[in-house]
Amino acid sequence: MTRHTIQLKINEQTRTISVDARKTLLDALREDCNLTGAHAGCEHGVCGACTVIVEGEPVRSCLMFAVQAEGKTIRTVEGLAQGGALHPMQKAFTEQHAVQCGYCTPGFLMLTVAALEKTPDMDDDALREVVASNLCRCTGYENILAAVRIAADDMRRRT
Amino acid sequence: MNAKPKGVIGQSVQRIEDRPLIIGKGMFAGDISFAHQLHMRIVRSSSAHGVIKRIDTQAARALPGVHAVWTAADIPEMGPIDFREGKIEKLEPYRQPVLAIDRVRYVGEPVAAIFASDAYTAEDAADLVEVEIEDLPVIMDARAATGEFAPGLSSEAAVITQGFGDTASVFATAHAVVEIDVTVGRHSGVPLETRGAIGRYDAARDVLELHGAAKVPHKNKETLARLFGRPAAALHLFETHVGGGFGVRGEIYPEDILVLAAALRFGGAVKWIEDRREHLMAANQSREQHHKTRAAVDEKGTLLAIENEFWHDQGAYPRTHAMRVAETTCGILPGPYRVGAYKALGHYRLTNKTPAATYRAPGRYETNFVRERLLDAIAAKLNISRVDVRKQNLIRSDEMPYARPLCVLEDDVSYDSGDYAGLLDKSLKAIRWDELQSELAERRKRGELVGVGLATFVEKSGLGPTDGAHVCVDTTGAIEVITGGASVGQGFETVMAQVCAEALGVDYRNIRVVHGRTDRIDFGIGAHASRATVMTANAVHAAALIVREKALSFAAELLQSEAATLDIIDGRVIRRGESEGPSITLGEIANHLRPAAKLRRGREPGLSADGWFDTDHQVYPYGNQIAVVSIDRETGAVNVEQYVIAYDIGRAINPVLVRGQILGGFAQGLGGALYEEFLYDERGEPLSVTFADYLMPTANEVPKVDVIISEDAPSPRNPLGIKGAGESGIAAVGAAIASAVDDALGSPGAITRLPITPQRLKRILNRLASA
Repeated sequence: MTRHTIQLKINEQTRTISVDARKTLLDALREDCNLTGAHAGCEHGVCGACTVIVEGEPVRSCLMFAVQAEGKTIRTVEGLAQGGALHPMQKAFTEQHAVQCGYCTPGFLMLTVAALEKTPDMDDDALREVVASNLCRCTGYENILAAVRIAADDMRRRT
Repeated sequence: MNAKPKGVIGQSVQRIEDRPLIIGKGMFAGDISFAHQLHMRIVRSSSAHGVIKRIDTQAARALPGVHAVWTAADIPEMGPIDFREGKIEKLEPYRQPVLAIDRVRYVGEPVAAIFASDAYTAEDAADLVEVEIEDLPVIMDARAATGEFAPGLSSEAAVITQGFGDTASVFATAHAVVEIDVTVGRHSGVPLETRGAIGRYDAARDVLELHGAAKVPHKNKETLARLFGRPAAALHLFETHVGGGFGVRGEIYPEDILVLAAALRFGGAVKWIEDRREHLMAANQSREQHHKTRAAVDEKGTLLAIENEFWHDQGAYPRTHAMRVAETTCGILPGPYRVGAYKALGHYRLTNKTPAATYRAPGRYETNFVRERLLDAIAAKLNISRVDVRKQNLIRSDEMPYARPLCVLEDDVSYDSGDYAGLLDKSLKAIRWDELQSELAERRKRGELVGVGLATFVEKSGLGPTDGAHVCVDTTGAIEVITGGASVGQGFETVMAQVCAEALGVDYRNIRVVHGRTDRIDFGIGAHASRATVMTANAVHAAALIVREKALSFAAELLQSEAATLDIIDGRVIRRGESEGPSITLGEIANHLRPAAKLRRGREPGLSADGWFDTDHQVYPYGNQIAVVSIDRETGAVNVEQYVIAYDIGRAINPVLVRGQILGGFAQGLGGALYEEFLYDERGEPLSVTFADYLMPTANEVPKVDVIISEDAPSPRNPLGIKGAGESGIAAVGAAIASAVDDALGSPGAITRLPITPQRLKRILNRLASA
């Protein structure tokens, strides 16, 4: 199998890795970049535990090959906090008890941050629709929705 | 945030375990790696029942990067998987082998194991293994005629009975007999993190390690040490972060044994991470039971007797729980009601589906559905209200403790405390039951299909008999609490820290909580059946009180005061009421208690203690669930408009965490009531092996729930008065929704099966329309 040497710009750092063509972006992040925050939940794009931000869009990294991300700007949960200060979404998730086992949490953080950066003014139905893209098996979503609402306000204030 | 060092029990404080989880630094099984590890991939049966004629592993072995390929012949020393609670004679011959021997009995059964340099190569190699199977007839319905598990062994592995009183004579003379025939569908916990196990043999220390443990690390260590013939100190389990447990994760499965056996044989680390398709055909499934249940009642609907015959669809093999779900079904079915006589007869049957075991509220989700269907049927038959029939049968608070000659988890049933009718009144008030009746009647007049339904239930929690904990203060005043508990995401660390903080007089955020590590503490009860808080928190409380006592006794000497006049505030011992007076910190006391410290003067070294908690019986929280639903006549979809859950937990250590348990459990219960089901075709092929087929609720399906956490009936069975929280949200969702759908249809007893999928409901609507 041919290996491809690619450059990925992840969390403002350029990384050069060598991967098989069939390696998913998720596996490349986890195994070749030691960024294990994004998780595999279903490996077919339904649950969203693997969500990262590629060129500003929330992406299921289990459905993208690493070679497809060549040269692209990628953000993962590890890059969300800036200089030790939590992102408003991270802060709201912990304060609103939106985390139980925490396995789906990085996916929800990246999904909602990307959605709100693109569309800062979402009404409650739109926010629920965004949150409904990913699966959580622990919380029943109420606290996740509460966190996202609060973080949305916080993000709007900061911009 | 103002975390009061004292009085922190009962406060909805922030969790101490969140930070790594929100910054992407969690350590789940998939995140654990060791240098030079091998990756395991399982070759699984594609046949639901058959004789293995040939397994050809040659091509797989020849693939570059493949280290070894095993079939059952390669691990003759690895016997079948034992039961968690020890030997059960009649089930011994039915135990699952680690890799299939001669026969396969479900699609997904492990047949061979590949060990390779990376996961992709291991998967390639698995595709190269040729397994030739000669199909045998399958059994896909636990009610169908029994067959043979193996020559001479019936697929009805056991028949279990419980009961009291002479039901036959009661039925013979009763005013009325009400009978139902109902089914709970096959569904399961399906945590977002699939299973994973990393075996590692550390030859330098001669220790075999299993990483990725969950739920019951200490129990599993006992079983595995026995299986591998290793002394207790030479095998250890390590739990790190666990991506949801729900009863499914953390039991011993074939894959756990394989990674350990391979680590030992190859002398290194072997990692296995399940994929989702595997999980949906190989991890424990649950719930599938068919019940023929009948009640004998008087003219007012008083329950005189219940007979409950059921068929438990165990799937292909008993798993580590053996018959616990079926046994619990027998023991807990009468729930919160008085009943004069009772007989349960359970058929524990093996079929050619994925093996089943416990899922959050095992035996209760099922029996709450069955019993509450029965109560609704009684109300309909006698034309009395669904509320009245329940109220008059509920056990009264003046009857507590209420013992019943039944048993659950080998523990004699004895409800400890409760005001069942009082809580029901609270719930009815919250939903505005009376006003609601006329509002719904009005909407029905306008052509809407809307209804309300209710369920009352008793939970069980805190099974003992014993758990221990160790509390240690270091010389800086930082505290470590070592438990044999387990965390499955429920907030275990926070709760233990709160209990320790209150007993000791320190800030809960200054406490580290260890769990799931068999190398740190010898015993541990784990996290299952809502017992972590009841058992482990009471042990932590006991240990913290001893440490407190030690600190006060030492400080008394130093401060020249009676110990009884001292208090600990914010980790500092002071004279009670004199915050400005002389004081000494716990860290300073720990320093004076170092082995070589001069002031120790014969005292036991260290500011630390073990604490134990023993209990004779489980504790029984209780609750109600009320649903308001509307039905889309065209699609058969059920929309849950309102939902109330009232739950008496005795005493909530952290109410927001309790609420989180209830809301999360509710969402899972909703899945089992309306969406989630493992379906199989007639040849035993599983049809629900992706998240596109196995449908779990998203934020769009889960309605807002009104949660009432009540603390009216603290348990007299432990010093903290607490009862468990984990399974209350899920326990009666199927029951309440079925009752509400019946009401919306205007057809009592219409719902006989969960989940109430749109297809099934549409068929019922069509039938009612043509009738």
